[in-house]
Amino acid sequence: MTGHASAKSPLKMYFAVWATLLVFTLVTFKVAFIELGPFNAVVALVIATLKATLVALFFMHIWHAGERLIKVAVAAAIFFLFLLLGLTLSDYLTRPWS
Amino acid sequence: MADSSTIMGLHQEEEHHPQLLHHFADAGQQRDAASLGMWVFLATEVMFFGGMFCAYLIYRHWYFGDFGAASKSIDATLGATNTAVLICSSLTVVLAVWAAQTARRALLIGMLVVTMLFGLAFLGIKGYEYYQKFEEHHVPGASFSFDHVPIPGHPGEYANPRHAQIYFSLYFLMTGIHALHMIVGLGIFTWLLVMACKGRFTPEYYTPVEIGGLYWHFVDIIWIYLFPLLYLIDRHP
Amino acid sequence: MSMEIAIPQTVERENYLNKEYGVWSWLLTTDHKRIALLYLVSITFFFFIGGFFALLIRLELLTPAGDLVQADTYNKLFTMHGMVMVFFFLIPSIPAVLGNFLVPMMVGAKDLAFPRINLLSWYLYIIGGAIMLHCMLTGGVDTGWTFYTPFSTNFTNTKIVEAGIAIFIAGFSSILTGLNFVVTIHRMRAPGMTWSRLPLFIWAHYATSIIQLLGTPVIAITIVLVACERALHLGIFDPKLGGDPLLFQHLFWFYSHPAVYIMILPSMGVITEIIACFSRKRIFGYHFVAFSSIAIAVFGFLVWAHHMFVAGISIYSALVFSFLSYAVALPSAIKVFNWTATLYKGSIHYDAPMLYAFGFLGLFTMGGLTGLFLAALGLDVHVHDTYFVIAHFHYIMVGGAVMGYLGGMHFWWPKISGKLYPEGWARLAALIVFIGFNLTFFPQFVLGYMGMPRRYYDYSHMPEFQVLNVLSTAGATVLGVGYLLPMIYFLWSMRYGKPASDNPWNAAGLEWKTASPPPTFNFDEEPVVTWEAYNYDELDAPPQKQEVTVG
Ligand code: HEM
Ligand SMILES: [Cu+2]
Repeated sequence: MTGHASAKSPLKMYFAVWATLLVFTLVTFKVAFIELGPFNAVVALVIATLKATLVALFFMHIWHAGERLIKVAVAAAIFFLFLLLGLTLSDYLTRPWS
Repeated sequence: MADSSTIMGLHQEEEHHPQLLHHFADAGQQRDAASLGMWVFLATEVMFFGGMFCAYLIYRHWYFGDFGAASKSIDATLGATNTAVLICSSLTVVLAVWAAQTARRALLIGMLVVTMLFGLAFLGIKGYEYYQKFEEHHVPGASFSFDHVPIPGHPGEYANPRHAQIYFSLYFLMTGIHALHMIVGLGIFTWLLVMACKGRFTPEYYTPVEIGGLYWHFVDIIWIYLFPLLYLIDRHP
Repeated sequence: MSMEIAIPQTVERENYLNKEYGVWSWLLTTDHKRIALLYLVSITFFFFIGGFFALLIRLELLTPAGDLVQADTYNKLFTMHGMVMVFFFLIPSIPAVLGNFLVPMMVGAKDLAFPRINLLSWYLYIIGGAIMLHCMLTGGVDTGWTFYTPFSTNFTNTKIVEAGIAIFIAGFSSILTGLNFVVTIHRMRAPGMTWSRLPLFIWAHYATSIIQLLGTPVIAITIVLVACERALHLGIFDPKLGGDPLLFQHLFWFYSHPAVYIMILPSMGVITEIIACFSRKRIFGYHFVAFSSIAIAVFGFLVWAHHMFVAGISIYSALVFSFLSYAVALPSAIKVFNWTATLYKGSIHYDAPMLYAFGFLGLFTMGGLTGLFLAALGLDVHVHDTYFVIAHFHYIMVGGAVMGYLGGMHFWWPKISGKLYPEGWARLAALIVFIGFNLTFFPQFVLGYMGMPRRYYDYSHMPEFQVLNVLSTAGATVLGVGYLLPMIYFLWSMRYGKPASDNPWNAAGLEWKTASPPPTFNFDEEPVVTWEAYNYDELDAPPQKQEVTVG
């Protein structure tokens, strides 16, 4: 038997995460209609990242994963994604003619 | 039956663990390998979508006004509804995994079915959205038209239809490839459903439900980013 | 009469080759060793197709005038040569053949973590290859293996989409191989096989897998974008819409520069094993060699825009990429120094695998150093898109990677086939390959430096280039012979070769501790590792004599 599963039911946590995700969705949707200048994008991305983190940590069980390896895999993916975006931007943001 | 499964590498050791493959030392090793495999695969998926996000980032930076105008032509309520649908499906997935873990077979089957219904609802809404775009001639190609659409926040300025076409190309590609992933997910869940009905999953062995769930959540996460990036670029009047 | 009965009939041990017979026992196998052989046959097939294109290219360049083929035929020749060699030969070569065969054995596992996915990866390769073949037979592609936009999306009327699909599918097969290796190396190591006891071949494959996993998806999506732009008229890179063709180049090279390390890293792993064995020493600086593989994999992702220096990227960005390109040379240099240091005072044996390793050392160094020339902003303006670039990467990909592949094939052939190859012929072949290679590609450095552009079929305005081109074509012929020889004597040895013992080289490593050829599950009993990697001093130590002292 997988003992730890029955020890404490995670159901409450699942529903809490779900509710938070829905609230975040509503917030991001509403905020988009308010003029915040560049901060519209910032808010949208921050909320999206919070939501993604919640899904990854609690629904995908990274939080409880005893193993570092999985966290390393996730970190590697994010790191290389930022390499792709960042180094490409390094070209686009410094072109003197565009 | 026994013969063909031997050929496929499924040397089943009936007495101990019906699902333990021959080359693993024990069930724990097999489970860890499968879950690591899925996580590594998801890392490749991040990079796969990353290429499109990169293109999106550059063009949104270059053609912000045109992207804003184009984004505004899409029904954000539909997008928000779809986000909610996917979040609900993620909840049912996680409940399905829990059901498998705690040997609640009826709940497992129910949650798999509900997840798939949510998935289908998502695709239906998406299809309706595509249909709208088609009617409005916003599908890139010969009949594309996006004339005299004002740029949000810049009265008197109109979006450049050619740049808007880049937006719509990205929109269809990103949501299209996301939808393809949803369809693959539905395929996986159909298979899980069949296996669950056959009673293959036990608290000792439910790895397929778990890693199928990982995949589903990942597709959800992609959408969590697509929604603000595509639908909410610049919505104010 | 009775004499005949008395002949001792040694019963052949059951191994992975003689366990089952018949086509289906191969096509449905999940045994990593059999899949390795399936790959061996398929990549050899594509190697000869690619070689055939190369031959035609060299024949065309024998004379300054464009007389053998038409201009667009020539474009197709070098395109198909590049696509076949890169995506269907070199990328799968060492990982899918030697890696498939050896990774599980070296870590002490019965198989890869996902045997069925391994088989799937071969089928994907075959499907991709079949589509590529069909594409080539029905017209081919003329954009160069880099299929730059907007030529590939808006102008050429050749089969871009089909070639794209082929490469996409083959890319998937490469991802699955990498995935299998990573999981196997993490999860399937035998008891006692700690990370610092792993052969460096494994470290090299681990690093390769990282690139396969994180790089390949980017070329996959790039191909999807190009195909959609071409077939569905979506506009992503289309300059008519305000799209940026340079964005394509960024995405393409984000994969394709790291991809060159997919090709060379496994070869470095092979060379490390060979050098340790034939100098009978523990590899010098084990941890440096191990971590330099990982460093190469990571740094390899930071330099891609050195392919775009004259394409119109920002000069500031170009500076950064130039600088970073120098950084990636460091870990490669660390490896070369450590190999050299391993040789120092070793008791060196000049068997064929070692000859290939020596060839690798020299040629890879030349290729790497000329890479540094190219990564220098100013010099690149001069030699970009000339034969200098061609020579640079062939020194690495053919001089380095293929040498390593052949060296590895010789080294492990006794294990794979259970037979010894003819050593004399093998040494001769290694020599021929080395000479032929240099004769082919050294003149290209000079040609490029003098200004001969790549991808031109006609140089009649510069007839003085002919001498070097004739040398190069002559060298290619020699090289061709050098490649045919091993294929012939490997096949020959399968039937007539002397049976190999379990460990003919007296080499370290778990793969030598089982039978040649190995049984289906690799080891008769699960190995437990209690020794360090490359324990050649222990292997060569004279056996402890049981001295009986009287009195
Ligand atoms: C020491 C590290 C290396 C450096 C600094 C380096 C640098 C460069 C540079 C700057 C170019 C672009 C030249 C131009 O087009 O003007 C280039 C081209 C190339 N390099 Fe390297 N390189 C290195 C290692 C390698 C390795 C290990 C391989 C292959 C296994 C390789 C394969 C290639 C290929 C295929 C091209 C040409 C691509 C094309 O335009 O078709 N390089 N290299
Ligand atoms: Cu490069």
